[in-house]
Amino acid sequence: MLSLAGVVTHYGPVEVLKQVSLEIREGEIVCLLGGNASGKSTTMKSILGVVRPTAGSIAFDGERIDGLPTEAVVRRGIALVPEARRIFGRMTVRENLSMGAFVRRGAPAAEIAGDLDRVHALFPRLEERADQLGGTLSGGEQQMLAIARALMARPRLILMDEPSMGLAPALVDQVFDIIQAINRQGTTILVVEQNAAVALSIAARGYVLQNGRIVAHDTAAALLGADHIRRAYLGEA
Amino acid sequence: MPDVLQILPQQVVFGLALGTVYGLIAVGYTLVYGILFMINFAHGEIFMIGAYLGWGVLTLLLTAGVDGLHPAWVVPLMLANAMLGAGLIGVGLERFAYRPLYTRGATRLGPLISAIGASIFLQNAVMLTQGARMKVYITGLLFPRTWRFQILGVNISALLVVMAVVAVLMMLGLQLLIQRTTLGRSIRAVAEDREMAAIMGVSVRRVIAVTFFLGSALGGAAGVLVGLYYTQIDFFMGYSAGLKAFTAAVLGGIGNIRGAMLGGLVLGLAESLAVTFMNPAYRDVVAFAILILTLVVKPSGLLGESLPESEKV
Repeated sequence: MLSLAGVVTHYGPVEVLKQVSLEIREGEIVCLLGGNASGKSTTMKSILGVVRPTAGSIAFDGERIDGLPTEAVVRRGIALVPEARRIFGRMTVRENLSMGAFVRRGAPAAEIAGDLDRVHALFPRLEERADQLGGTLSGGEQQMLAIARALMARPRLILMDEPSMGLAPALVDQVFDIIQAINRQGTTILVVEQNAAVALSIAARGYVLQNGRIVAHDTAAALLGADHIRRAYLGEA
Repeated sequence: MPDVLQILPQQVVFGLALGTVYGLIAVGYTLVYGILFMINFAHGEIFMIGAYLGWGVLTLLLTAGVDGLHPAWVVPLMLANAMLGAGLIGVGLERFAYRPLYTRGATRLGPLISAIGASIFLQNAVMLTQGARMKVYITGLLFPRTWRFQILGVNISALLVVMAVVAVLMMLGLQLLIQRTTLGRSIRAVAEDREMAAIMGVSVRRVIAVTFFLGSALGGAAGVLVGLYYTQIDFFMGYSAGLKAFTAAVLGGIGNIRGAMLGGLVLGLAESLAVTFMNPAYRDVVAFAILILTLVVKPSGLLGESLPESEKV
């Protein structure tokens, strides 16, 4: 569904991604692991066209999307749940959700209202706080809003950048349960995480990124069992 | 002193009406700042061009010998022409004077200097094509001097009412557009987090262009209102009006639309009261004293950002 082949991305003169190749198949949950500054977020930004790769290609449904402006990439059915949520703090919860549905301008209002109901069923808190400003929500609620906002676009692929960051352990479990539920309804998911244990527990396959290179790629079970992965990413000596 | 007290209510009414027009120009500065974090120093010239475009409509009607000129249709026609023309010039400015700079990652100073250059360019373009002498709005044909009324001893002309009502309606319209429509939401999204807005599917370039159009169109409308009221316009009129409206925008809190409206009212009132109690020559001194005071005492302005970095936690 999404494939990156030999993607190289620079920030100025610095080569951040060095020949990254990966493949995500329809219906999968794939995780991309890596420490700080390993190039995880840059991979997402390259997919979305926020930064432009200097070499390699990115294809969605077999069509090249590298080089397209960001708004054209997301219109093809890719949504992002960004690192640190980045909800619109000066907009209400309701307005944030309608921004999520921005790519579907022109869709019948009833259809959007139906999606809003579905999102509210998943996150009842957001309905209670519909008129509150996004910036006044708690961290956990903001994460829910960021996910709900992505769902409102009816994406076929959701990119999730560190959904566990800054959340209490109980909330992390809840968020990953929701990610699984979304996946069961047919949405493909690429989740980028530092918290390898949680990410691998729901993913089918995983890639490990180190200094801008893919250094390992295997099924989640195999990665969980691999010694060097455990040492580097699961905090075991 | 009793004389002063007698004209005080009159001056208050005039100051508020003038303030609505300052507010209308100030909104253009604040809209652009909100989205690009730059001061469009050519905005005063957009206002001036709006005054010329309105004058053009009036002059054309007069030279064509059209009968039955009535403000009910002539003023909207003048406003429409000024708004469309000024809006398009604003879009052109963004496209050719600013975008090439900010897309290439120039510092914030780059577009600012370009704006000052654009301002000088537009002034001179108008001077060369329209002449350096002032043009006269024959307002008396539209609004006879007898169209005025008294309320509580205050003498109010119909023209003053039209000026304030048009300015207020336009600002309310803008406020509705920004708060209630999909376009307005996408403008706010770009202002708050440009990258995230693009990830929501918003075409950031288009939103920036539309924002320039809106701000410039309102500035152009203000040019017509000022032309009608003061009846004389020239290529240099945008300089001081632009600086004063910029003061109003800073006073209200740059980037905040309601702040720009409030700043305009306060500035108009202050100026009008200043000429009541002081030598009228100090009129501009008061405006710029307010600018300096705001920058020293409360740089964020009256309604400046209430949600700073904490919103990102």
